[in-house]
Amino acid sequence: MEWLFAILVGGLYSAGLYLMLQRNMFKLVLGMCLVSHGANLLIFTAGGLTRNLPPIFSEATSIPSQITDPLPQAFVLTAIVISFGVTAFLLVLVHRTHKTLNTDDVDDLIKTDLQ
Amino acid sequence: MKTLIIFPIIIPLFTASICLVSNKMPRLQWFFVWFGNITYFLVALIFLWTTYHGNIYSLQLGNWQAPFGITIVIDLFSSIMLVITSLLVFCSFLYTRSMTSREEFRLGYLSLTFFLMMGVSGAFTTGDLFNLYVWFEVMLMSSFVLMSFGGEQRQLEGSIKYVILNLMSSAIFLASTGILYGMVGTMNLADLSIKLSMIEQQYPKLIVSSLLLVAFGIKAGLFPLYFWLPASYHTPPPGISALFSGLLTKVGMYSIIRTFTLFYREIDTTLQNTLLIIASLTMLIGVLGAVSQNEIRRILSFHIISQIGYMLMGLALWTTSGIGGAIYFIIHNIIAKSNLFFISGIINEKTGSYYLKSQGNLYKELPILSACFLCSSLSLAGLPPLSGFVGKLALIIAGIHAGAYITVLISIMVSFLTLFSMTKIWIYTFWGTSNYKKEVSAEPEKSLFFAYSAVVILALLTLLLGVFGETFIVISEKSAQNLLQPLTYIEKVMEY
Repeated sequence: MEWLFAILVGGLYSAGLYLMLQRNMFKLVLGMCLVSHGANLLIFTAGGLTRNLPPIFSEATSIPSQITDPLPQAFVLTAIVISFGVTAFLLVLVHRTHKTLNTDDVDDLIKTDLQ
Repeated sequence: MKTLIIFPIIIPLFTASICLVSNKMPRLQWFFVWFGNITYFLVALIFLWTTYHGNIYSLQLGNWQAPFGITIVIDLFSSIMLVITSLLVFCSFLYTRSMTSREEFRLGYLSLTFFLMMGVSGAFTTGDLFNLYVWFEVMLMSSFVLMSFGGEQRQLEGSIKYVILNLMSSAIFLASTGILYGMVGTMNLADLSIKLSMIEQQYPKLIVSSLLLVAFGIKAGLFPLYFWLPASYHTPPPGISALFSGLLTKVGMYSIIRTFTLFYREIDTTLQNTLLIIASLTMLIGVLGAVSQNEIRRILSFHIISQIGYMLMGLALWTTSGIGGAIYFIIHNIIAKSNLFFISGIINEKTGSYYLKSQGNLYKELPILSACFLCSSLSLAGLPPLSGFVGKLALIIAGIHAGAYITVLISIMVSFLTLFSMTKIWIYTFWGTSNYKKEVSAEPEKSLFFAYSAVVILALLTLLLGVFGETFIVISEKSAQNLLQPLTYIEKVMEY
């Protein structure tokens, strides 16, 4: 199972980086999304992939032989929420830039900085 | 004392929320701004005093036992950083009080700054790697908004570069936390220190620490990763860029020092040499970039990079005096550098430009400002009796003792080049004939009293830091000692 996820993470990273290297600003945002998804899946995979196992058990019952580690899931959840907020900000920034400069080419941005 | 530990995070949060709510009542807002600032400063001072006497405080959030929950730890290094943060934020509020228009305050400048302060103090006090990531994001989120504050055209380019590269660094940081968790199954820094020292193979550890070095290096502006910094720091309003120049890169540097001293009990030579090479190149390339610029804030941005090199050099030496020198240098740099940014803002206010060639003869018109500029810039270049001299001297002596002669040589050369570009600003801006036409604006001229007081306070601090250098070096070296022998830290966090 891990090898499948490893390939998936690698694919997400490479696709994300490829998109980020494009000149189009919207692709930049998409690339950023893919990279953060890749990072999330990486944590999830590195934390150990298990199926149908309880993350929590009560003290009364005996300790089950195998349990799921709940922490990576908590990490991923936090990271998803953060990347959601950041992506929203990024979209607004790109939209604003597009509206002001009337271009979505990253190379055209340099014009703004010359006096 | 236990409850006080959370205060450096709670106070900015509380004040930021009040500032948001009381947006229409500027008086009340400012009252809470000063109130929040002063309480924060007092709390930070209490911690500085007690941690200096050998205490380390830790708080387990939610009462989860140490390696499982999030731990907040304050040791001497953290409390030094907290004190200096509160001083800088205080000065930045003084400064923006007279430099920023009412419109900008209405947009939420004050609360954003407090959220930034919360993120920074969270990063300084946390004892958990994943929590550090979260604080980084808190800090970044408010810095993103502040960076594009006002939405001027030229800010957009800087903001996009800043946002994208910082998000990239967060993604790398996140990936490295994931791998680290997969390796040892803990995120608590103290626990990581124990578990990593028990691992036999060096390579997984080296991979993770190089990932962390890249992630923090982007934030700190280390040699091949600094490109976002000079592209963005000259675009926001001067108060904001001064705050950023003082705080953000230093948080990256703090994280590098904190994680590396905990992950490596003994530094191996490969890593040490790599760090030394990166440090030398960062110093050199930063200062060379500065020499070729002719816009004040761009020159200063490149100097941030070159000074980050000094701090990394201190860490790379891996001795008490080296890391102590690095910590002293961080304190000195926060004060001197942000003061120069503050001054550049006042110069812009007077001449209407940041470009060297459209300024001149300010020495005659603004003698106090010139004196403050001279004080901070010579301190940056490292002339006695100012703070930069003490910091560089400590680092160079430590470097010679550790046998890193080439890096020491480069650092001395970089000092000369720094002096060169500071005299360049001085000659063009403060001497010569005035090349600017003061436009007669319809608005009444802003009263710059508060801005001046911020600049004067910081200039005096630079002087004090230099004159009483011995005392501050002793404090820094003590905290370096704690960093190099992390057993007390670990015991305190794990509550053995």
